[in-house]
Amino acid sequence: MWGCVRLSRLISLGAAFALAGAVTATETGADPAPRRVVSINLCTDQLAMLLAAPGQLISVSDLAADPHSSAMADAARGYRVNQGRAEEVYLLAPDLVVAGAYTDPATIGMLRRVGLRVEQFDTAKSLTDTRERIAQMARVLGRDDEGTALIAEFDARLAELKAKAGNHPRAALYHPNGYTLGGGTLADDILRAAGFRNLAAELGHRGGGTLPLEQLVMAAPDLLISAAPLPGASRSEAVLGHPALDALRKGRAGLRITSPDWICGTPHVLNAVERLTDARRALPEGGQ
Amino acid sequence: MSRLALALSALVAVLFAASLTTGPSDTSTLSDLSALFLGGDGPLPLVMREIRLPRALLGLMIGASLGLAGAAMQGYLRNPLAEPGLIGVSGSAALGAVLAIHTGLAAAFTLGLPLAALAGAGTGVLLVLMLAGPRGASITLILAGIAISALAAALTSLVLNLSPNPYAASEIVFWMMGSLADRSMTHVWLALPLMVVGWVGLATLGRGLDALTLGEDAAEAMGIRLTRLRLTLVVGTAFVVGAATAVAGAIGFVGLVVPHLLRPLVGARPSRLLWASALGGAAMVLAADLAVRLVLPERDLKLGVLTALVGAPLFLHLIYKTRAEMA
Repeated sequence: MWGCVRLSRLISLGAAFALAGAVTATETGADPAPRRVVSINLCTDQLAMLLAAPGQLISVSDLAADPHSSAMADAARGYRVNQGRAEEVYLLAPDLVVAGAYTDPATIGMLRRVGLRVEQFDTAKSLTDTRERIAQMARVLGRDDEGTALIAEFDARLAELKAKAGNHPRAALYHPNGYTLGGGTLADDILRAAGFRNLAAELGHRGGGTLPLEQLVMAAPDLLISAAPLPGASRSEAVLGHPALDALRKGRAGLRITSPDWICGTPHVLNAVERLTDARRALPEGGQ
Repeated sequence: MSRLALALSALVAVLFAASLTTGPSDTSTLSDLSALFLGGDGPLPLVMREIRLPRALLGLMIGASLGLAGAAMQGYLRNPLAEPGLIGVSGSAALGAVLAIHTGLAAAFTLGLPLAALAGAGTGVLLVLMLAGPRGASITLILAGIAISALAAALTSLVLNLSPNPYAASEIVFWMMGSLADRSMTHVWLALPLMVVGWVGLATLGRGLDALTLGEDAAEAMGIRLTRLRLTLVVGTAFVVGAATAVAGAIGFVGLVVPHLLRPLVGARPSRLLWASALGGAAMVLAADLAVRLVLPERDLKLGVLTALVGAPLFLHLIYKTRAEMA
C-alpha cells in the first residue's frame, strides 16, 4: 500500500517536473536568437545549415559530411564536425543544441542536466511534416523570415512537380535486407508526389518493414528502386544481386538511388521527387 | 532400425514439400509444384526455382550437416554436450565467413567465402579438441567451448563494427543466429561440394566410433587408428559446419538436440546415430525454417531463435540428468 502511495507521489512529482520543463521550454522559445548552435542529428544538421545566419551554427554531426547519408555533404565541410557526444557538445559552449527525437536519450538527458537548451525535432513522415520541420527550425533559430521564404519556395516547386503527374504506375522500394517503406513514411509520400503508387503500401505495410523477395517478384512493379551499393561489402546488400531480382530487372525499369535526398525532411526531398518524376516519364507507358 | 529410417525419411520428405509450398504469396500447392517442375508463364516459376527451392534445399543440407557433425563429435568425445554451435565451431566458421566478406576475399573469387568459413571451422574444431583433450571431459569441453565461442563472437562483432558499411553492424545477429531467407541457388552450389566431402568423411567414422564406446585401448586393439579417426572427424566437421555457416550463419543446438533425442531409438550405437542424426537434423532445420515463415512472417525471425527455444530446455534437462547421475 505504502509502495503504491510512494509510487503515485513519484509520478506526480515527475509530472510536475515535466510541466516545469515545458514551461521553461516555451519561455526559452521566446528568447532572442541563439548565437552558438550545435546540431547533433543528420536531419537537423541540414535544416540548420539551410536556415542559420552566418556564424550562428558552429558545429554539425559527422554524418552531415558523409556523402552517403547527407544531401549537403559539401556544405557540411565548412563546419566543425561533432560525434554527438555530450562532453564534446558541452565543450563547444552552445546556447542551443538541436537534436532528433530519437537521438540517444542518455545524451539528451546529460545535456539538459548540465543546463544546455536542447530542442528535439521529430522525424518527418510526410512532405507536410517537412514544411513543419522547416518552420520549427526557423523558429528556434530566430530566423522566421528565412523559414517562410524557404517554405514558399518548397510549396511552389512541389506544386510544379505535382502538376506533371500522369497515370499511376507502381513502384517498389527494395533496400538491403529486403527493407522497404510502406504507408505513413516520407518515402511513401515522395513516391506519391512523383505520381507513383507504392507497392509496399498497397500490400498493407505501414512504416518500415521487410518485403519478402517472393512477394516483390510476384507483384512485378513497374519501377524497382533500390539503394546504390555502399563502400565495404556486406551480406545485407547481397540480396540485391539475387538471381530472381536480376530476372525481374530484365523486364522493367530499375533505378539505383543514392538515398540522402530520401532520408530527411528537408527541401532536398524535392530532388528525389524530381528524379522519380523523370523516371516515371521514361517508363514505356507510365508517363502519360 | 529400418523402420526408424523410413519414418525419418518420410518426415524429411513431408517437411521439404511443406517448405517448398510455404511462402508469403497466396498460391495453391498444385500451381506451386507445377511451376516448379513444368515451368510456365508469369513470375511463379521464378519464385519456385530461384527462391523457394534453394531455401528448402539449404534447410535439408544444413540440417543434415549439423546433425551429422553433432553425432560424430558426441561419439568421438563420448560426451553429449559436444555440439558444433555450443562449442564454438559454428562461431569460428562465422568469423571466417565475415572476414572473407569484409576483406573482399568473397568477392574476389567464388569459393572464397565457403573456404574461409571452412578454415574458421577447422581452427575451431582443432582448438576445442586440443583444449578438451581426447576424452572430452565435460568441464574442459565446456570451458574450451565458452572460450572459443566468446572469442569468435567478439572478433566477428569487432570486424562488423569496424566495417565502413552501415549495414555490417546489423549483420551480427545473422552470423550468431542464422537464417535461410532470400538465399539463392548460388549458395546451394557454394555449399554443396564442401558438404559432400564432409558427409563422406563423417559417414566413414561409424565403425571407429562404435569401437570407441569400449574405450580407447579396446578400440586400438580392434585395429582402429585413433589419430586417423580424429583427423577425419576434424576435417569432416570443418567441411560441413564451415559450408553450412558460410551460407546460413551459425545455427545452434541442432547438433545437440537431434542426437540426444534419437540416441535411445538407435540403441545408443554411434554408427547408427550418424545417419539418424543427419535425417533428424534435416527435419529439425526444415521445421524451424517453416516456423519462422509461419509464426511471424513479416519479422524475418532468425532460425537460431527457434532452435535455441527448443534446445535450451533440453540442455537444462541434460544438466539435471548429469547432476542426478553424479549424486
